[in-house]
Amino acid sequence: MSGTFVGMPAFPTAAREALGDTQLRRNLAHATRTIRDKRAKVVAEVEEWEELRLAGAGVKEAALRDLATHLETLEDSLTRAGATVHWARDAEEACAIVASVTKAQGADEVVKVKSMATQEIGLNEALEADGIAAWETDLAELIVQLGEDLPSHILVPAIHRNRAEIREIFRRRMGAVGRPAPDGLSDEPAALAGAAREHLREKFLRAKVAVSGANFAVADTGTLVVVESEGNGRMCLTLPEVLISVVGIEKVVATWADLDPMLRLLPRSSTGERMNPYTSTWSGVTPGDGPQEVHVVLLDNGRTRALADDVGRQALRCIRCSACLNVCPVYERVGGHAYGSVYPGPIGAILNPLLNGVTDPQTASLPYASTLCGACFEVCPVRIDIPSVLVDQRAAVVDSHRDDRIPKPEAVAMKGAAWTFSSARRLARAEQASGLAGRVLGRFSRTTLPGGQAAAGRLPGPAAGWTSARDLPAPPAESFRAWWLRTNGGTDGGQDGGGS
Amino acid sequence: MRVALQITCVNDAMFPDTGKAVVRLLRRLGVEVDFPAAQTCCSQPMVNTGYLDEAVPVVRAYVDAFSGYDAVVTPSGSCAGSVRHQHALVARRSGDPGLVAAVADTSPRAYELSEFLVDVLGVVDVGAYFPHRVTYHPTCHSLRMLGVGDRPQQLLENVRGIELVDLPHATECCGFGGTFALKNADTSVAMGADKARHVRDTGAEVLVAGDNSCLMHIGGMLSRQRAGVRVMHLAEILAATA
Repeated sequence: MSGTFVGMPAFPTAAREALGDTQLRRNLAHATRTIRDKRAKVVAEVEEWEELRLAGAGVKEAALRDLATHLETLEDSLTRAGATVHWARDAEEACAIVASVTKAQGADEVVKVKSMATQEIGLNEALEADGIAAWETDLAELIVQLGEDLPSHILVPAIHRNRAEIREIFRRRMGAVGRPAPDGLSDEPAALAGAAREHLREKFLRAKVAVSGANFAVADTGTLVVVESEGNGRMCLTLPEVLISVVGIEKVVATWADLDPMLRLLPRSSTGERMNPYTSTWSGVTPGDGPQEVHVVLLDNGRTRALADDVGRQALRCIRCSACLNVCPVYERVGGHAYGSVYPGPIGAILNPLLNGVTDPQTASLPYASTLCGACFEVCPVRIDIPSVLVDQRAAVVDSHRDDRIPKPEAVAMKGAAWTFSSARRLARAEQASGLAGRVLGRFSRTTLPGGQAAAGRLPGPAAGWTSARDLPAPPAESFRAWWLRTNGGTDGGQDGGGS
Repeated sequence: MRVALQITCVNDAMFPDTGKAVVRLLRRLGVEVDFPAAQTCCSQPMVNTGYLDEAVPVVRAYVDAFSGYDAVVTPSGSCAGSVRHQHALVARRSGDPGLVAAVADTSPRAYELSEFLVDVLGVVDVGAYFPHRVTYHPTCHSLRMLGVGDRPQQLLENVRGIELVDLPHATECCGFGGTFALKNADTSVAMGADKARHVRDTGAEVLVAGDNSCLMHIGGMLSRQRAGVRVMHLAEILAATA
């Protein structure tokens, strides 16, 4: 009953559409600014933040370096603690495991803890096709699910909605799938949360099976960790008889002590809180307490592909905090849907191509959905150098087209530029030509930029993308190189231009 | 000290006045710069679009032109960032150990203009005079790739007659992003529109930055809006005298 990203257009097209949505622009600008100001404030409180980032990156890097060993340790510890461990190569296998465990209980519904891994594999849709209803219990995920919408943010998937829209969704849709919204529901946050609480409570009390992900999986103790704000996750983790957790293999950390930097980095980076309200940890089955049947599905789904990428593997350090989304000037304006994935923003722009490859044109457009401004790297709690990975993934896109029978115009242009730029003599000739073109363009446009430089006017072809909204200076008749040669570096009385 | 000017391809072909300003400024400070005629481009347009193989001969041209200099000064944070942070990557890709070694030698000697003035020459007052209301946009690569910090502001604060006003949300990207400005023109313009709005909010008549490519984008928007704000490179203000 939710939407799907399948068939999304490439980023520039999807972004153009999003940019025209005034409500979206307003909601996002407000929400991202609020959350990044909050983050900046609580991060500034931690004197040794940079050391903490290094420690966090170190924990994840160490786990990834010896991933196979840690995963086997995790499997052993989990099994000893009474959990059943499953291995899933891809989305299809993972969904089939969850469906079969659920059916073995005779259940036709599950309650869900907010989880990116299950969103990634399209679990809800797969279960629905198998006759099993999956109820999202995270408030924002509930809003997205009821609205038959798509998530647009990793942490706050309904960030593109404001409270008036949420009220409308609750009034329209809650009754169809359970307890309806109360009469006279207002758009006050407390009232909306109250309506969600009432709606969800009957699902918590009824469900036999819960599905979660995990923020961390501790190998030496066989402990899964879920970090959340609302307590709805803990309801799912403690009330039902059966718990199935779908965990990406990169979530493993070696030891319990490794959680220390991670649990300090995550809340400050994600919600901008010093500490998150609920941290649940469980190690297999505890007799008489909580779920008595515990399954853990360890998911690959492209992660080993990313691990094999020398530059890109650092993306597997990601702890899904969303700080990079909130600080990204591109994300702030276009929102999450334009990325065509449950992983939007800067991290999505590298993670999707790393997990899936760049053969699909939509995925291949993602590494280019950035100005490489570097704000993401600056805030990343595990120091993922996103700009460098973006550039490397751009190279992967270009390299995947090197054997094309008919090269793209961009490839031809870049080869031409490289040829010109590998010889100063060729460059000087190109500049003479551009100077001539500049004179012609300047004469045609008869406009000047503030300050006096001639403008090029409106240009056709690919340059129209520039001049449709921005003036462009006409190239001056004399390049710097030519001036230097003519005036001997300005010492022959040629100290013209630029003087004031 | 042998000092070379790396003019950058954009300044060479589009903004020669910036280069002339750098020459005039450095000469005033007693530094005679060379302009190695063999120089072309830092290779950033190729690298940032993903054409790493195409970048190899361009990086080779850079090291050929600039080896042997004690310092290479460039009026662009972005190009200095490319030299210091991307040349090694391109050299590794080439598989040529000679190029890897040459890059390891030339890259660390590249300085963005404000770094060169403050760190190498040790001056913050360059004796400039510029009696106008000015706001400064710190470009992303100078800020986050190079870490120039407040060096440009220190230099501007010491300019006689200047009225320097803070730009709101200064550290937010302007939306230029090289080929991003064309590949994702709509998003680029949306970001540029907000930057232009913040510039206008300052009431400044001049927007200054250390990168003409970013200024071409923001200035292009301000010009289209007939905003009454012109853009100038940092070098042009620092070179200005009474």
